[in-house]
Amino acid sequence: MKICVLVKEVPDAAVQKRIDTGSMRLDRSGENNLNPFDTHAIEAAMQLKEGGDLQVDEVVAVTMGPGSAQRALQKAVALGADRSVHLSDDALLGSDVCATGLALAKVLESESPDVVLLGQQSDDGECYTIGAVVADHLKMPSLTQVVKMDVEDGKLRCERQAEYGYDTVSLALPAVISVGDAINEPRYPSLKAIMGAKKKPLDTKSAGDVGIDPGQVGEAGSQTTVISLNPPPPKQAGEIIEDEDTNETVEKIVAWLDERKLI
Amino acid sequence: MAGILVYALHDDEGNFNKNSLGALSEAAKLAGELGTEAAAVIVGDISDEGAQGLGNYGVTKVYRAKNVTEGLAQPIVDVMAKVITENDISYALFGGGLLGFEIGAGLTARLGAGVTMEVTKVKVDGGKLISERPILQDSQIADVGYVSEPGIIIGRLNAFDIKETGGSAEIVDLDVELSEWSTKAQMITRGEQRGADIDIEAADVLIGGGRGLGSAEGFDGAEALAGAFDNSAVAATRAVVDAGWWPYAGQIGQTGKTVAPKLYLAVGVSGAIQHKVGMQNSENIVAINKDPNAPIFEFSDLGIVGDLNKIMPKLTEALKARKG
Repeated sequence: MKICVLVKEVPDAAVQKRIDTGSMRLDRSGENNLNPFDTHAIEAAMQLKEGGDLQVDEVVAVTMGPGSAQRALQKAVALGADRSVHLSDDALLGSDVCATGLALAKVLESESPDVVLLGQQSDDGECYTIGAVVADHLKMPSLTQVVKMDVEDGKLRCERQAEYGYDTVSLALPAVISVGDAINEPRYPSLKAIMGAKKKPLDTKSAGDVGIDPGQVGEAGSQTTVISLNPPPPKQAGEIIEDEDTNETVEKIVAWLDERKLI
Repeated sequence: MAGILVYALHDDEGNFNKNSLGALSEAAKLAGELGTEAAAVIVGDISDEGAQGLGNYGVTKVYRAKNVTEGLAQPIVDVMAKVITENDISYALFGGGLLGFEIGAGLTARLGAGVTMEVTKVKVDGGKLISERPILQDSQIADVGYVSEPGIIIGRLNAFDIKETGGSAEIVDLDVELSEWSTKAQMITRGEQRGADIDIEAADVLIGGGRGLGSAEGFDGAEALAGAFDNSAVAATRAVVDAGWWPYAGQIGQTGKTVAPKLYLAVGVSGAIQHKVGMQNSENIVAINKDPNAPIFEFSDLGIVGDLNKIMPKLTEALKARKG
């Protein structure tokens, strides 16, 4: 069996995220990192592999993005993936959710996975939707925000919170699962794993290599268009207290609450 | 008909979801401006009376697929794709919530459609709909248009207000053949409540606990702080409820409750969008967090950058001393 984990390179959380107003795209220059939500998906893959209830032969990290996205793949491999696949092509630039989902589905199809795992969201796009888009293209059942996953009779028994409480759902394989960040505590990579990451196979593929029609991806294939970007209505900035002397801080908080008749 | 189609989610008792009702009202309003009509899609065992009742929110038709189970997205994608394709529907609209995200995403793939999510407002411009979508932790608002039909619009929680117009809708019963992969997921149990039944909606003061509390034990401190106020309760973010630190009944946000107390005091809450949408209408928001870049400071009235383990006990003590 094969597990594919979708990972993404995102601007470092500590960096102010910027938009390139010319192209209306996220400015991806500067420090990038593996999307923190994806580490839970890699950990979930490792636990399936180590758990022994499924015969997992390999865990493959898959990403789509510019050359720099290889760093995210190296992190994923250091966390335990056996090899990685990098879909990179100028034709993919400016893909919206529809086009991205299609491109990812094509590269996954070339791997024929039994399980596809991904994190609940990307740290930059806040979309939460890619898993369900990819699943429909791959014609696989899917579930998002999964916080518990067990193997039962060759199926995945998953728990997740929906509008009315917790649902328990059983999915036949192959399946696409987006995991919530409460599913596990991702392990830290060992120094040995970090050093060895560069030795594990990395395949770089173009859109043509996986049968993507360039007219269906990138700006050409996108079905949404950003018309304009505007700042939100100005909001009165709140007061900020840096806690240096806690007794003093507490006094200030109490006075503030008192002023507003909240105590 | 070039109308707008809305998915109306319901619980196992047949009560419709508030965010879905808001989406119905919004679709009816937009359809009026576009000179077309809005319709709803429902699945499962909803009575004629229940289905017709959706007309009260301005939709003229309700497509009902009785043989499809509520609560899993992919069979509903099959239903909606059929209705959209056969009736030449221009837009599909979803109220905020998890299922809408999953179904909207499925439709995006199935119909090769454009999608926007976390939409806070929909505008009509030149006979088309444009979605307003805050991006990058709400630091910018993007106006997004659709290149093709249908356009998929997934609303943010509480984005659309419910408006009752009176009226009754025509029911159109559907027999939908499910895709083979849509039958591969089976609901074992739905809507299980976990943990104690606590009431956060009636409280004047809420202490909101997040991951920064560190553990289930960390909530003891939050409870002690709540005890220093009158008519108070402790609420929590999704992440800590999923981790089992606090009961589901106390959860705020996307799959929890929406609250607007007099005071919302957030301890160790980063302020992710999904949490923000459930509490941003609180009269006063105070946040304690050690990360000066935590998004919650963007929308709090008073922010304290510091270690809550040091501040919270002393604050509790000071407030208790005042109370006497």
